[in-house]
Amino acid sequence: MLFWIALISVVVMLSAAFATLFIRNYLAAVAAISVVSLALSVLFVVLQAPDVALTEAAVGTGVTGVILALTLRRVGLWKIEKNQQKET
Amino acid sequence: MNLREISGLIFIIGLGFLLGAVFKCLPYGEPITGVGQTITALAPIEVGTTNIVASVLLAYRGLDTLGELTVLFVAATAIGMVLGQRDPEISSQPEAGFILKTAANILFPFLIILGAYIILHGHLTPGGGFQGGAILAAAFFIPILATPASPFNHHISSLIEGFAGVAFIIIGLLALFGKGYFLAPLFGTGEVGHLFSAGSLPLLYLAVGLKVGAELAGLLARLQETEASD
Repeated sequence: MLFWIALISVVVMLSAAFATLFIRNYLAAVAAISVVSLALSVLFVVLQAPDVALTEAAVGTGVTGVILALTLRRVGLWKIEKNQQKET
Repeated sequence: MNLREISGLIFIIGLGFLLGAVFKCLPYGEPITGVGQTITALAPIEVGTTNIVASVLLAYRGLDTLGELTVLFVAATAIGMVLGQRDPEISSQPEAGFILKTAANILFPFLIILGAYIILHGHLTPGGGFQGGAILAAAFFIPILATPASPFNHHISSLIEGFAGVAFIIIGLLALFGKGYFLAPLFGTGEVGHLFSAGSLPLLYLAVGLKVGAELAGLLARLQETEASD
């Protein structure tokens, strides 16, 4: 049972990591990075490291994703399309 | 092949060589030093924590945690310096959608309770100041995300951050003058497994949690406030 959970989380991590590399949309790539961290935190729980899993889930999935997404907007790679259409 | 591909190839080969060397030279699955076993055996008696990680973070390696806090502080300060102040002439961003606004209202108290629980029970259960602080920061950041017009009080967050950092160092100095070691656990161990146990460790974790939470919330709010530079 644990083997299958570990296998699934590793497969999810690898596919999300490759998705991060190949996705053209920046915001979707940031979401894929968060998915890598989420699967990694599941793997940490399986490996009996709940402390590290909590850190990975809070920092890796949450804060890192938000910081990357906000940075995307700061450097102008992610614009809210709907509002620009409204203004013009 | 251009330079970027060649450098990537060299990096991968070097990483593989290092990993191979580690697997070849180190015995797999066997402890190399006896530090882990000693701490696992002694931590509940000496420090009085049921969470061994907390005893390592705050008692045995408390100075390293102070270093981590310093690194985080320097990073937050640098980001604040790079991003600078908000330009008041820039129009504020539009409000978020219905789902995010409703979820922000409902989630706020629960996230506060979860963060406070994880910080206060850091010496008993998995978790602690850093994780709970990140959750507290998320609790204060989601309302900003939902209604960007609502102001975030940077003065209060800086005050909390500063006082928490000072409290951590003061507890360490008290231990230095009282027991002779910087950041040595104070006030005895208490009854192992109770909320009020493990001496000064819960106080230290509270300081760490408040500092990390205030810092991360201030950092995220600053990132949110500044507009895209065109």
